Amino acid sequence: MIAHLPLASFAGAIEFIFSPQESNVTGGKEVGGFDKSMELLIKHLEVTAIALAIALLVALPLGLYLGHRGKGEQLAVGLGNAGRAVPELAVIALVAVLVGVGLQNVAPVLAILGIPPILNNAYVGVSQVDRATVDAARGIGMSETAIIRKVELPIAIPTVMGGIRSAAIAILATATIAPLAGVESLGDFIINRNVYGENGLLAGAILVALLALTIEGSLALLQRRLTSDGLKVKTA
Amino acid sequence: MGNPLVIAAVGEVGEGFIKERDVGDLCQAQAQHVFCLDWARENLDRFETPTVQHLQIVIPALVIGFVVAFALALLAHRIRWLQPPLLAATGILYTIPSIAFFFLLLPLTGLGRDTAIIVLSAYTLQIIYRNTILGLNNVPAAVKDAARGMGLTNRQILWKVELPLAIPEIIAGLRVAVVSTIAIATLAVLISAGGLGTQMYGSNLTFPTSIIIAAAIVMLMALAFDALLLLVQRLTTPWRRAVPA
Amino acid sequence: MRTDQTRMRVLLAALAALALTLGVAACGSSDDSSTSGSTESGEAGAIQSNPDNGKVSLTIGSKNFPEQEILGEIYAQALAAAGYKVKSALNLGSETVALKAVKSGQVSGYPEYASTALTSFFGLEPEEVPSDADEAWEKANEEFEKENLQAFEPTPFASANAVGTTKETADKYGLKTVSDLEGVSEELSLYGSPECRQRIDCLAGLEKLYGLKFKSFTPVDIGLRYTVLEKGQADLSILFTTDPQLSAESDKFVILEDDKEVFPAGNVIFVTAKKVAEEAGPDYEKTILQVQEGLDLEVVQELDARVELEKETPKEAAKAYLESAGYIG
Repeated sequence: MIAHLPLASFAGAIEFIFSPQESNVTGGKEVGGFDKSMELLIKHLEVTAIALAIALLVALPLGLYLGHRGKGEQLAVGLGNAGRAVPELAVIALVAVLVGVGLQNVAPVLAILGIPPILNNAYVGVSQVDRATVDAARGIGMSETAIIRKVELPIAIPTVMGGIRSAAIAILATATIAPLAGVESLGDFIINRNVYGENGLLAGAILVALLALTIEGSLALLQRRLTSDGLKVKTA
Repeated sequence: MGNPLVIAAVGEVGEGFIKERDVGDLCQAQAQHVFCLDWARENLDRFETPTVQHLQIVIPALVIGFVVAFALALLAHRIRWLQPPLLAATGILYTIPSIAFFFLLLPLTGLGRDTAIIVLSAYTLQIIYRNTILGLNNVPAAVKDAARGMGLTNRQILWKVELPLAIPEIIAGLRVAVVSTIAIATLAVLISAGGLGTQMYGSNLTFPTSIIIAAAIVMLMALAFDALLLLVQRLTTPWRRAVPA
Repeated sequence: MRTDQTRMRVLLAALAALALTLGVAACGSSDDSSTSGSTESGEAGAIQSNPDNGKVSLTIGSKNFPEQEILGEIYAQALAAAGYKVKSALNLGSETVALKAVKSGQVSGYPEYASTALTSFFGLEPEEVPSDADEAWEKANEEFEKENLQAFEPTPFASANAVGTTKETADKYGLKTVSDLEGVSEELSLYGSPECRQRIDCLAGLEKLYGLKFKSFTPVDIGLRYTVLEKGQADLSILFTTDPQLSAESDKFVILEDDKEVFPAGNVIFVTAKKVAEEAGPDYEKTILQVQEGLDLEVVQELDARVELEKETPKEAAKAYLESAGYIG
């Protein structure tokens, strides 16, 4: 009996993703199905992309610059640590009550959650570039920005991309509870289980997990592409 | 409206039960309030049980996560070709957002604390495993050679030379794991596992004072654990300064 | 909303309580071991602890919003005072989840609104829901019995969904009833709970039975139903007629009259499995009916105010009610 239980639920969830089910709530409207699943998946990606873009715009140049100058280590690293300690549920709930619901309010807040890893890793990646290399570049007459772009960044790519990947996943994960602040995402299936039922709940979890793994995989591939061959190291 | 005897004898609330209230005077009734100090002072005891529940999730998760990740790292240190697949496997567990993971496990392990502990342990595996491997790999070959030269066996080298030298990296990973776990454990409320998330969800979802206090406790807890680990590191590796995470 | 039936019951209960009091007083101060956890004898209407009930374990559930949690706590604490072993499971979810929990035995029972039971479980159209509390209860009970469930008699108070807005918006568009929204609703945004879209006593009913189309519908947690109005994000919001904000802030918020009766009011009826009621003995139903006598509209609004405005816990509010009304010491 118990052995049947998990399989039955997973089968139900897969069904939910692909074909509309009768709603848990009477009113006769159907819920779920492929169209709805895709709609929410796209919305989830949208809010993640927008928030990540904002975070990159703010944190990446700043982190690279600070790392290049070797200043602001306290800020970059401290923010990285502090950012990890912030409970995302509190942030989403507070924005909903104090600022307002909706994408225009939630996206910036999600971006804030993505800033610490990007800033931290950009700083660490660039500041750990061998000073001798940088001095050599300065010696042949490169401008400071050119040094960042052509010397430090390429070497720091693995670390910097690692930060971007962390940020992307953190934002994607928090977007799952964004429905609490009026932003639709795959989290709807999970948070609003009143409407979507148990099958919807599991379907939401499956879709979010798959989406996260896909994004992480894609970014890992991108990182591989961007890392110059001389740097490609095996393992950790 | 009925027999006076009836009113006096059967459940009518006493006089003064129904209060006249001016919402303007009530800090916590204002939708726009940010923090109500008076309410906070009077209701701090409300956060005791959730804090204890939070620890009851976090501590077992960290212990289990550390033991498993550490064992895996020792294994992969000996059997090198295991390193990439183990990194990938722990990486998958790390990438899957905890909320999703909670509900993926739900049909198997049900609502409650156990599911939360399993998910949070899984989340910590990658960082602890990776940092342990890193720490062990970073031990200079010269040191190992010297030890071998002094006649130490492989096992002795591992426990008396490599691991002590790897402590800063291991603890760096542990610090990240601890802080993340304490923050994520707030989501355990979604699977009825209790914790400080209870003071941020449900009717508290729209009550900033409660959310802020609960969040503050979470962050203070993280800070305390982090400082404790740093102390452990200082005590166990007097020859080294702290390594940034 | 007391009918003659209710008044009769109340009178009989009062006389019974009086007789019991006199009887106990006459017997003198004998052994008190049977009254552990209850009040001092002599308090008419107080719940008496019955040691036989100690063998029975009950789990009282409720749906997941404050008014429900308060009711759940009231019943749970009252049953505990009557000597039962009581646990509470006060965040079951929506009515479908709650009903499932009762059917599966996960909870012994939970408080439901008769109107919700009729429209959500038994597929009635809103206009078919009887406006008389006892009629609605009987109709619901008939249906529940078919599934080996039982609903106890209704509370004095009733609650209903309502379309609410700010005073400014109401004045600006001249809105007094929901029908007044005709022609205007396309410019207005509506905010409600996520399941509102599907419910016939919510958005589905507004669209189908009032024929209204809104500029937008945004699902939000019901805890935010007043916040979104105050912030000006929502033109219209789904509120509850028992909300404390409606009396405490009556100059800010108004509800539109439900002229087509799409939002039936529902008294609370306690839904439980027949088997559970049988095993628990007569005190189960008796205590629940006894303790809900004091729940008229004003009292419930007061309790809602304590939890939603003053941020007391449902447990505290329930205890205060039970003590003030003399049910527990």
